[in-house]
Amino acid sequence: MSAFEFLLQGLGTAAEPMMLLYALIGVTLGTAVGVLPGIGPALTVALLLPVTYRLDPAGSLIMFAGIYYGGMYGGSTTSILLNTPGESASIITALEGNKMARKGRGGPALATAAIGSFIAGLIATLLLAFLAPSIVKLALVFGPREYFALMVLAFVTVSAAFGDSALRGLTSLFLGLALACVGIDQLTGQARLSFGTPELLDGIEVTTMAVAMFAVGEALFIAGQRNQQEDEVTAVKGSIWMSARDWARSWKPWLRGTFIGFPIGAMPAGGAEIGTFLSYATEKKLTKHPEEFGHGAIEGVAGPEAANNASAAGTLVPLLTLGLPTSATAAIMLAGFQQFGLQPGPLLFATNPTLVWGLIASLLIANAMLLVLNLPMIGLWVKLLTVPKPWLYAGILLFATLGTIGANPSAFELGMLLGFGVLGYVMRLFGYPIAPIVVGLILGPLAEQQLRRALSINQGDWTTLVQSPIAAALLGIAALALIVPLILRARGKGEVLSQLAGEED
Amino acid sequence: MSAPRHEPPRRRDTAALIIAAGLVVAGGVMLWDSARLADLGGYSGIGPASVPRVVGFGLLGLAVWTAIEALRGDFPERPPQNAAPVLWIVAGLALQLMLLHTTGFSIATGILFGFTARAFGKRNLAMTIPVGIVFAFVVWVVFSQLLMLHLPAGPLEHLAFPRG
Repeated sequence: MSAFEFLLQGLGTAAEPMMLLYALIGVTLGTAVGVLPGIGPALTVALLLPVTYRLDPAGSLIMFAGIYYGGMYGGSTTSILLNTPGESASIITALEGNKMARKGRGGPALATAAIGSFIAGLIATLLLAFLAPSIVKLALVFGPREYFALMVLAFVTVSAAFGDSALRGLTSLFLGLALACVGIDQLTGQARLSFGTPELLDGIEVTTMAVAMFAVGEALFIAGQRNQQEDEVTAVKGSIWMSARDWARSWKPWLRGTFIGFPIGAMPAGGAEIGTFLSYATEKKLTKHPEEFGHGAIEGVAGPEAANNASAAGTLVPLLTLGLPTSATAAIMLAGFQQFGLQPGPLLFATNPTLVWGLIASLLIANAMLLVLNLPMIGLWVKLLTVPKPWLYAGILLFATLGTIGANPSAFELGMLLGFGVLGYVMRLFGYPIAPIVVGLILGPLAEQQLRRALSINQGDWTTLVQSPIAAALLGIAALALIVPLILRARGKGEVLSQLAGEED
Repeated sequence: MSAPRHEPPRRRDTAALIIAAGLVVAGGVMLWDSARLADLGGYSGIGPASVPRVVGFGLLGLAVWTAIEALRGDFPERPPQNAAPVLWIVAGLALQLMLLHTTGFSIATGILFGFTARAFGKRNLAMTIPVGIVFAFVVWVVFSQLLMLHLPAGPLEHLAFPRG
């Protein structure tokens, strides 16, 4: 069957009333968390993991994907009206979007962001659907060593390639890998690093760790900041509709943003931020109104917003076809799959096509829902921005602990939440990135398993790792991704790289 | 986040040296624990202790690197922080953890709610803790009664739902 037929079948699954409800809940929650500063899609999915234990796997995953897409839409609202990005992929939108809002052009800024997100989401989801089968075909020839090489590449790009310090990225990654070793060894059944504590035998719960890092650590960090200025919400004045001129200036950036964002999201090279930076730079170069850049140019909103949605869809390509997360949110979604005993990857397309194609098709539906939620109902979301900080963070911590208690109502688990929360706070304070530790914890055990498998197949011969051309090439790219940035930084050209780094998500 | 301030550059960074020491401890624990494991390599030649050992050495290496950067003062400037709000939230989480099984979800979480609100500037605990308890109770009802999540019940929850 062709991708098209699979997609039609998937639409059948996704159009079932229950699935539509899950998608609606997902996109609504996603938009809400995207709008609220301080919580992003990664945290929300982590919070929801324990709650969805008993729900339908397909429905829950559709909801998670809806949250991911919704977060990308909602983030633009905060950036434009508050000048505080709701999530890291919207930092660029704040540059031009907030200027537009201050000039009373907030409506068209929101509209070009929402419509651009819709178009990018639509094209990128279709690209995902049509690319996935060929990547799956390619991935079927992948053996343990290719997977191991792929994961090494993901480790390097997530931790060391971008960001302002390879040292801090790698430290974060290694802490994650160390935590991943805790628990019973998968192959021999020996207890590692559990120090006789039965609670540690199962390993460290990904959700506890992610919630602690993203919710508790962030709350501590924001609470401790000395000069908290009150953010001012810029009211939306005038029409929210775009004029013919706005349309004419927006459509090309939308398309360019989509084709910049999608491949960057699909590469194992970190989050959606990079695409938004590149798109912004491109629009700045190509624009016919260079004088407007920095003072509210609509192209500077349209392009990056399209790019960030396209990369969100792009990250689903390696996640679904290879089981490889390239952003924090994708890593948490992988944990969501694992919670239901599903391992995303080429086999899932064969063993559970209804679920995979239902998920992909539901993204198209979610995207349409988001356009409706974000254009006519924008006023509602703006109200969310006026929730005072004390209530907002008290509520976030309430739900953060609720998720942990719901998964395992023990003082030990809450103690870990507190401990990792403080760790997350210290890491934020000293400028350590958060994504590598989460990715290390989730991918660490998988990488170890693949490595040991690859070596057992070849009787412990280490050269086997580079004997396949694909594996050798992937490891080579990983080595370059580690070394080249080190040289660039040593030569004082690190600023570009740190600009490309995102905080999280 | 790393706005440079006017301080003499290239100073020894004590906090970063403490981080380096922490990494040494973490790496040491990994190595100590992996030495204890019987390394049954089997066909692969690498057993359960191999990966922890590599990670342990990695952490030691990163500790050295951190110490070098700390001595050269290469760490970015920290944003100034207030200790009090941070301690309020930590205290709230610790109290919730200790009280959870005696007072139940709502009261323990209500205290966390109040303490967090205080950390962000709502100082009146006599108002915020009751608000938190009511809110947490509503959340308890929704999640334990409708979504069947196991949330510890206390006197308040037993009063409202005697069969729990």
